[in-house]
Amino acid sequence: MNNTNYNTLIFEKSHPGKHAYSLPELDVPAVDLDSLETPLRKELDLPEVSEGDLIRHYVNISTKNFSIDKGFYPLGSCTMKYNPKINENIARIPGLSKLHPYQPESTLQGTLALLYELQEYLAEVSGMDVMSLQPAAGAHGELSGLMVIKRYHEMMGNTNRKKIILPDSAHGTNPATVAMVGFELVEIPSDEDGSVDIDELKAVVDEDLAGLMLTNPNTLGLFEGHIQEVADIIHEAGGLLYYDGANMNAIMGRARPGDMGFDVMHFNVHKTFSTPHGGGGPGAGPIGVKNFLAKYLPVPQIEKKGEEYFLNYDYPESIGKVKAFYGNYGILVRAFSYIATMGGEGLREASDMAVLNANYLMERLKKTYNLPIDKVCKHEFVLSGIKDAPKVSTLDIAKRLLDYGFHAPTVYFPLIIPEAMMIEPTETESKATLDGFMDALEAIAKEAVENPELLASAPHTTPVRRVDEVYAAKALILSYKDMLNEEN
Amino acid sequence: MHRYIPNNGALLDEMLKDIGISSMDELFRDIPQDLQFKGNLDIPGALSEMELLEKTTKLAELNKSSDQLVNFLGAGVYDHFVPLVIDHIISRSEFYTSYTPYQAEVSQGTLQAIFEYQSLITQLTGMEVSNASMYDGSNAAIEAAILSLNAKRKSDTVLISEGVHPEVIEVIKTYLHFRQTNVKLVPLTAEGKTDLAKAEELMGDGVASIMVQNPNFFGVIEDVGAVADFAKSNKIMSIDYVDPISLGILEAPGNQGVDVVVGDGQSLGNGLNFGGPYLGIMAMRKKDVRKIPGRVVGLSKDVDGNRAFVLTLQAREQHIRRFKATSNICSNQSLNMLVASIYLNTMGKEGLREVAVQSASKAAYLKKALLDTGLFEEVYSGKTFKEFTLAYKGDLDALLKGLEEEGFLGGVNLERFGRKGQLLIAVTEKRTKAQMDAYVDAVRRLS
Repeated sequence: MNNTNYNTLIFEKSHPGKHAYSLPELDVPAVDLDSLETPLRKELDLPEVSEGDLIRHYVNISTKNFSIDKGFYPLGSCTMKYNPKINENIARIPGLSKLHPYQPESTLQGTLALLYELQEYLAEVSGMDVMSLQPAAGAHGELSGLMVIKRYHEMMGNTNRKKIILPDSAHGTNPATVAMVGFELVEIPSDEDGSVDIDELKAVVDEDLAGLMLTNPNTLGLFEGHIQEVADIIHEAGGLLYYDGANMNAIMGRARPGDMGFDVMHFNVHKTFSTPHGGGGPGAGPIGVKNFLAKYLPVPQIEKKGEEYFLNYDYPESIGKVKAFYGNYGILVRAFSYIATMGGEGLREASDMAVLNANYLMERLKKTYNLPIDKVCKHEFVLSGIKDAPKVSTLDIAKRLLDYGFHAPTVYFPLIIPEAMMIEPTETESKATLDGFMDALEAIAKEAVENPELLASAPHTTPVRRVDEVYAAKALILSYKDMLNEEN
Repeated sequence: MHRYIPNNGALLDEMLKDIGISSMDELFRDIPQDLQFKGNLDIPGALSEMELLEKTTKLAELNKSSDQLVNFLGAGVYDHFVPLVIDHIISRSEFYTSYTPYQAEVSQGTLQAIFEYQSLITQLTGMEVSNASMYDGSNAAIEAAILSLNAKRKSDTVLISEGVHPEVIEVIKTYLHFRQTNVKLVPLTAEGKTDLAKAEELMGDGVASIMVQNPNFFGVIEDVGAVADFAKSNKIMSIDYVDPISLGILEAPGNQGVDVVVGDGQSLGNGLNFGGPYLGIMAMRKKDVRKIPGRVVGLSKDVDGNRAFVLTLQAREQHIRRFKATSNICSNQSLNMLVASIYLNTMGKEGLREVAVQSASKAAYLKKALLDTGLFEEVYSGKTFKEFTLAYKGDLDALLKGLEEEGFLGGVNLERFGRKGQLLIAVTEKRTKAQMDAYVDAVRRLS
């Protein structure tokens, strides 16, 4: 809806004297603000709108969003599965949500029991021994996990061990995390199917090695078959293995990072365990470690003594705190709800069907699109352009898909595949949806040959058409005030 | 098959046939035999909706929530009233089940919401730019500290006031330990304000910034202008960790010369949720915008010239810059950011001021009533906003236990932060005179 009445900023709807709040009368004497002996605010420039204005505003802008409840979201590496509604109800139960982080533990036994049980579930799925629920996101989990590795080497007296090895197919957060923890990055080329090249690995492993970060299946959606050999090389050289859990949805109940030789890992509960992405967060990134690293985990750890649950801060060798309080609890409750809803068998079924859906798409799409590596995939696969229209860019294909009512796949990642288009269907999509998606991609491939301009100028049916990113970066209009300044 | 998995029975057989395999196991034949997990994961379930509701309701009954106990706990997490419109708006699938707005053409809702949030935060703080939010206040604080270290060559130290939340200090110490960087703590004066004379003694060439919290952890209102002046005269950055509610009445830090404003946005309409998810606020001067971590949305236009919003300055971020990114963060707390925006728009200029005035007035009322009992002494003489620290003359543990039995969460016992006998009490607009009078009565009876 491009009606100008609806297509405005909240600030443009503001009118002096309108308000949407309601508060009772103050029932004690009003404080004399001058008695605070501090500079006071002269003006507070916030919008003034009525409750009706406010609701219409947000309902109207919301309709300009694509969402998983609206349609298929095949973003590779993001696991956009259905977000079950019961999870939302449970996270809003007052007895589970209206809790202050500094309440006495005696008033928190239900919540601590829930979190403790969640830790046990996560340990079982991953094959790890001890979990910490504190990290707020996947990248935050990576950061906390690498801190655990660094602390381990510190305590072992291995202060020279500063090198973290990454394959060049890794997620962008991996190298950024390495930098943030003060490690040095050693990037090694992958072999042709995105796996660790064993010769390249052996060539860079030395006494300065701290560890290796890996996701398995890798970012091409292929299972790293020689993972045990990789693990042996790293362990023999005195390093530790970090597992990036972004791709856990491929292997639940089929294989476990802990059994593959990984020492530390994180989950992305907003991927694997169906918690909503919320337009970019909040998520949660719990980490798990093998027993020998447990004492380095962030404090507090959630533990049980007899029938009492408690927060244990007594870990003097811990890396410390990575976040105030205990993690993104409200999200963890949703993950708990999901896992309990699925059960162990249901989780395996989810991974099985995620993998089947991906292979089902891959087998048909490889006839029209280039498939750089034609092997059985796990939960996702990567295409590389249209066979009959090699000059048409992946960006144009992605934008054209929006016209067909599908969200675009992840594009231009992993970096090792030119014109990459990474497709992850998840287990919650029906055959009919998958068929419709493939029909659309095949129609686009045809359009690419017959009328490439149609793709280059796409999308045509979305709330706005292609957005000028260069203008945004040059003009740097980052607030309403900037916008008014620009207009004047 | 589980009810969330639509393809089963004949559909499943058809799909297997289409790709030319006979069983699911074949799809996992690339996993080496000895790595294949046999049997079922030892996780109970699958629970039906009724069973799961019963299980979680029973767990909830083992807790005592703020519906049951009158809450005087604060220390960074405040029991402010959450306007009811918020849950209606954030329950729209279009907001909570969408992904990061990378495809701008189908994400204008989230992008506009972020642009408006950035605008609201700059107006509230008096700063020039805001990012799209971070994990929480503690992580915004560490990102600001890192930003200051990156901005000054050969720096290796940050000064942090002892008035900053102890858990925030803990997080900063954790991160900076791994970067071989020093954290020097600046003590407080008898008033409870950051001692800038002591800060002067701690100065050296390697210092990159000074961080204070206002109102500080103990409730005392800091002299933010003096801190900013101190930073300017020493050519370091000043970082102010704020409670956004306080900015309903206190001067905006941007008008007092502060370089970076951070804080936790929990109090802006986010429920207690046992510590998270909340959002981290981060705002700064426009000259530093290329150093800002996290997402930023800019105004642009589409090919038809229509107003459109888009993620911008992405060249700073991890998915482009990798090892050289400004941070490894690859999300924002988008839904909590939306909550904060709805809250600020609901309250508006009058409402936010009213919440701040009511909280301050009620806190002043309770503080006086408690001091009048003769059972407490002020720990610091400085002026306070909605929270204050008192030293109790009796057995604090016993008092708090007794208060809990009478239905009160009586305050945060600061013994957990090494301050035996000290009680941190927060009062929001939700507390009534009757509740506070009953609390004081209970304190008298239990003492």
